[in-house]
Amino acid sequence: MSAIWKYISDVLKGIWTLIQGMRITGYYFFRPRLIVTQQYPENRRTLEMFERFRGEVTMPHNENNEHRCTGCGICEISCPNGSIEIITATVLLPDGKKKRIIDKHIYHLGMCSLCNLCVKNCPSDAIVMAQTFEHAVWDRTQLTKVLNRPGSKIMEGVKE
Amino acid sequence: MQEAEPDRIETQEYLVNMGPQHPSTHGVLRLLLKLEGEIVHHVDPHIGYIHSGIEKMCESLTYPQIPYLTDRMDYLSAHMNEEVVCLCIENALGVEVPDRVKYIRTIFSELQRLASHQLWWCVMGMDLGALTTFFYGLRDREKILDIFEETCGARLTLHYSIPGGLMFDIHPNFQKRVHDFLNYFRKKLPEYDQLLTGNVIFQERTRGIGIFPKEAVINYGVTGPSGRASGFSCDVRKHLPYSAYPFVSFQEALDDRGDTLARYQVRIKEMWESMSIIEQLIDNIPEGDVQVKMKGVVKLPEGEYFQRVESARGDFGVFIISDGKKSPYRLKFRSPGFSNLSALHAMSKGWKIADLVAIMSSLDLVIPDIDR
Repeated sequence: MSAIWKYISDVLKGIWTLIQGMRITGYYFFRPRLIVTQQYPENRRTLEMFERFRGEVTMPHNENNEHRCTGCGICEISCPNGSIEIITATVLLPDGKKKRIIDKHIYHLGMCSLCNLCVKNCPSDAIVMAQTFEHAVWDRTQLTKVLNRPGSKIMEGVKE
Repeated sequence: MQEAEPDRIETQEYLVNMGPQHPSTHGVLRLLLKLEGEIVHHVDPHIGYIHSGIEKMCESLTYPQIPYLTDRMDYLSAHMNEEVVCLCIENALGVEVPDRVKYIRTIFSELQRLASHQLWWCVMGMDLGALTTFFYGLRDREKILDIFEETCGARLTLHYSIPGGLMFDIHPNFQKRVHDFLNYFRKKLPEYDQLLTGNVIFQERTRGIGIFPKEAVINYGVTGPSGRASGFSCDVRKHLPYSAYPFVSFQEALDDRGDTLARYQVRIKEMWESMSIIEQLIDNIPEGDVQVKMKGVVKLPEGEYFQRVESARGDFGVFIISDGKKSPYRLKFRSPGFSNLSALHAMSKGWKIADLVAIMSSLDLVIPDIDR
């Protein structure tokens, strides 16, 4: 007899535990404001990433098309993946001295793991992380970027 | 030829592949099962499907570059992986980091442990057929990832600890956000119990399944929550305190039943403990720098160095042999997942396939951590 009672009480207890779980599901079912899903990509216009978000490496230029990069190559050395290539050129200054300037700052986004070491180690704060995150392109050659703009030159007063 | 007796059914052992693409093996783990009917006689784990040669790659990287790579091993406890390498390098150089760095590292480790256990909880429910848990666990994990993203700019592979300190100082909103999260999660964690722990189906599938005695746990080197569920007190935070763990008081979550349910409950207990640790530290972060001035080229003195931390899965160690150059001569990781996996065949012997899934889920395996 007791076995039957145990069986019945087990069944009832089991149903009770299931109802406990269903209560939570029901609670959220009737409270749609607690839904946390982001409606991406519909919210693209209003979506803002955090200011420190590491999206890709960029080189900021001012309105005179000037950047702060001296071409020292520390970012190239500190990169663990070899995703930065620095190509420098030598120019002759009016006073006859030779000066090394940056020709191309090549950045391979496809090889970058966004570890922030280049930005951290840059002595002249020339490169920063941008907050972009939609990096998909049709062809992988588009992932290789030249960060300094054509015709740009180094800003006045950057220590070398 | 003699005819077989008609009233006796001949059975024989047969082999079945589980994985490498099986959803309950959490990645690319291949288990070769030796079965008789539905009963598991032997489990033979075949690893190496996601082997990425991280130990070998570390030999060609300089010391400051190594922590970024360790994030990719046990991606669910990424911060502990960085921390262990940083601690090892700092100890070798004799660098003492400021208290502020220690406090922030500990808070990050505990947040990471919470995030890892949340994901484990949702996947455990999903493996046992309760898909709902997946959404609730990820909902709460998202809050932690937002905290990470605001302070260090990444969600999963943080790269926040670097040798000699931290990548950035904490964000001004950090403390407020952590407080908000703790208040939020204190209300949500009982929901986990209501949703899954008390569930009759879950209880039936985990209670008494895969019992693993304490001696076997020690012999196989099972650490972390899986080891503590069998009564093996192995918390590195308690026995060999590092960072800010000497300054906090917390209970080591122990259980002596050693079954799947115990492994589950130890992790739920750990979540409460993690929250209490964060609460003790978050308002007392000392002022100061977050970065010790290091040399441009970090070179470790010749010798052998070892450091352990408690990751979300257990005892995580790094062993560096240095020959005085700027990159290590040899670097070896002692990953908890590898040792925990080695005990799987002993744990699941004699149980059914469905129990094997529950046992494996309770071990909380992360495959890149095993393969490295």
